[in-house]
Amino acid sequence: MATAPEIDAPLNALDDFRTQARDWLAANFPPSLKGRDNAMSAVEGPTEEDAEQRAWREAMGEKGWGVPTWPKEYGGGGLSRAEARVLQEEMTRAGAWNPIGGMGVMMFGPTLLEYGSEEQKREHIPAIARGEVRWCQGYSEPGAGSDLASLQCFAEDHGDHYIVNGQKTWTSGGQWADKCFMLVRTDKSKKHEGITFLLCDMDTPGVEVKPIQLISGSSPFCETFFTDVKVPKSNRVGREGEGWTIGKRLLQHERNSLSGGGSAAGRMFAGTPLAQIAKKYVGVDSEGRIADADLRTRIARHEMDLRSFMLTLRRASLEAKSNQGPSAATSIMKNVGARIMQERSELLIEIRGMAGLGWEGEGFEEDALKDVRHWLFGKAVSIYGGSTEIQNNVIAKRILGMLDHQ
Amino acid sequence: MAVLTEEQTMLRDMAHEWADNESPVTAFRKMRNGAPASFYDPEAWTAQAGMGWAGILVPEEQGGVGMGYLSLGLVLEQLGRNLAATPLAATATATAAILIGGSDAQKAAWLPRIASGEVVATLAIDEGPRFGGAIAAAVTGGKLSGTKQFVAEGDSAQLFIVAATDGLYLVEGDAGVTRAPRKLADSRSHAQVVFDNAPADRLEGGEDLLTQVTDRAAIGTAAEMLGMAEAAFAQTNDYLKTRVQFGQVLASFQALQHRMAKMFTELELMRSAVEAGLEAADSGRANISQEASLAKAVANETLHLVSREMIQLHGGIGMTDEHDAGFYLKRARVLEQMWGNAAWHRDRFARLNGY
Ligand SMILES: Cc1cc2nc3c(=O)[nH]c(=O)nc-3n(C[C@H](O)[C@H](O)[C@H](O)COP(=O)(O)OP(=O)(O)OC[C@H]3O[C@@H](n4cnc5c(N)ncnc54)[C@H](O)[C@@H]3O)c2cc1C
Repeated sequence: MATAPEIDAPLNALDDFRTQARDWLAANFPPSLKGRDNAMSAVEGPTEEDAEQRAWREAMGEKGWGVPTWPKEYGGGGLSRAEARVLQEEMTRAGAWNPIGGMGVMMFGPTLLEYGSEEQKREHIPAIARGEVRWCQGYSEPGAGSDLASLQCFAEDHGDHYIVNGQKTWTSGGQWADKCFMLVRTDKSKKHEGITFLLCDMDTPGVEVKPIQLISGSSPFCETFFTDVKVPKSNRVGREGEGWTIGKRLLQHERNSLSGGGSAAGRMFAGTPLAQIAKKYVGVDSEGRIADADLRTRIARHEMDLRSFMLTLRRASLEAKSNQGPSAATSIMKNVGARIMQERSELLIEIRGMAGLGWEGEGFEEDALKDVRHWLFGKAVSIYGGSTEIQNNVIAKRILGMLDHQ
Repeated sequence: MAVLTEEQTMLRDMAHEWADNESPVTAFRKMRNGAPASFYDPEAWTAQAGMGWAGILVPEEQGGVGMGYLSLGLVLEQLGRNLAATPLAATATATAAILIGGSDAQKAAWLPRIASGEVVATLAIDEGPRFGGAIAAAVTGGKLSGTKQFVAEGDSAQLFIVAATDGLYLVEGDAGVTRAPRKLADSRSHAQVVFDNAPADRLEGGEDLLTQVTDRAAIGTAAEMLGMAEAAFAQTNDYLKTRVQFGQVLASFQALQHRMAKMFTELELMRSAVEAGLEAADSGRANISQEASLAKAVANETLHLVSREMIQLHGGIGMTDEHDAGFYLKRARVLEQMWGNAAWHRDRFARLNGY
């Protein structure tokens, strides 16, 4: 197991930073917000803030600490990874949470930092860093899911602007988003090379969203229709026809954040330990063990899986740092994270029996009702951002060097 | 497939046709959206009773058709395919309790009314959210008191077979009975039922009457699950043959072909286990508990797999409420919990086999 020492920064400097972060949090994080959640990081629901939440977001935005490792010149925190980790530790200690999030932070920002023009970075990154703009992802279409490159939504060249026509689907948060980063076709004669990366304001005339209800009962995403939508060419990221390369890079960021890279994993599996819930609902034997022996070993197996996953996340990040490149292990992370999360949900339901399947109304614990919705919504994590099957294809072909049988 | 008599073949085919014509999944969706207090469609129940299904276990002398468990299973399987919201399974298990444990007078009082579809009956056993917990409900001076959780069809049943500390009792659904709906993910009826000095009539039966009855309930549930698993599998198979990605139908990808082949294999095993359970109930075999545990454990595991894969292999469309996949997933998890989850049945199977 890797136990490489932290090499980013000398220890005393980190200590100074720790003190600084602690003091700042004490001065700026209102303790009344402890235990609340980051409304922006959730895909579901509009961002509704009260005055206190707003002040907290603005304070963090001002400091750039919502996106701690992004460059200072664009409104980021300019911190090293080690400092960002210290900040995270101090936030956890204080019960504070990051009020800045969403697709802009998770995927679009990092991609634009790499591929955007100077003007585009200056226009979009600071607003993301301050949590002022919500982005959505216009990739999938009814006929282009796993086979994203077969997308048909077309952008016609009109000199200084494009006219976009077509349909996107599964646009998460589309009804609450201000802007959309999207992949469009600019050349019908080539599959991958005919794709271009565009940015579109959601309030441009001709953009229309229609929410779709999910099996979890919520409607966190939309069908999005584009009818003669005018998009200025200054909103094109990269060159015309370069969209596939940029779009794929963004998907790497998406997969990374979906696998729970970094602190997200900790949050994903936080909450009351399964064993504790099981003891309550299933009871204990004379030695204080979960009364159902089969369930008990399955919980143990799950916790072992989870721990190996967390250790692998850490190893991958250490390896990435020391090899100056992504570790081979990163490619399995989204699949493992999705599987473990889904297994956890299923276990929670099983542990609580009928009381773990409540939909609404009387007779259920609040946590249990939430967990049912999570269970159902969670079925999507092995589908979106590149399904488990597609990840496995990629692992087999790119990493294991196996042949493309199609 | 079990060897069926001519009569059973006719019954199965009729149930198949009725389910497809009169009770497709759209009928379930309509019920869910309308959310009637009973959580089923009374007209559909009347039609089912009219075809003799309510009295499928009831002997002819008492107004039933006396066809037995395999026949009941054939019907439940066909209804399960389309997620038909019907009190048939609950009523049939209550019928089983009366048949096994009832006196002549009790049979005469209830079986004809059940067979005609006039009375919806159900078991009220569990007092906690998981099957098989301790029972505290008690009877003094012919009056029963206690609270039962998640009683299937408990919102509308007129007759309850209630487990008390000293056996099973018949309790009518009026005096001393209050119900509170418990809305589960499957949009069916699972009420909390409180008995407060409700007049109770004891079923005799033997010491193990409760086990005999819940074993039959587990087997019946497994039959319904078989139908669900078949339908979920068939719909997934059809979808893979039509959905095109990468210029090919999904069904051409070997990674998916093998998953379907694996599910198909599990389904065949499930069918055998379920049919063996139904046959054990018909012949009154001594090892029915083993057969029940086998059927329910295998049904739980297989339907779990197939319902999960149904969503995954449909991709985004399977995540939408508009699609039926979610209905199968939600109902599957509820039925997995009823009458013992896979772990419970594996544990009992081991005990019954002396290890
Ligand atoms: C909750 C949710 C939110 C989403 N949010 C967004 C969003 O914000 N923006 C956006 O653009 N998209 C979004 N998506 C869309 C998502 O990216 C697609 O659903 C996904 O790419 C799968 O495409 P599909 O649904 O068309 O399934 P299909 O591609 O039709 O796949 C169906 C099944 O076949 C499998 N399969 C397909 N091809 C192969 C192959 N070659 N080999 C083996 N198996 C294969 C798949 O893995 C899957 O199991 C979201 C989806 C969901 C469910």
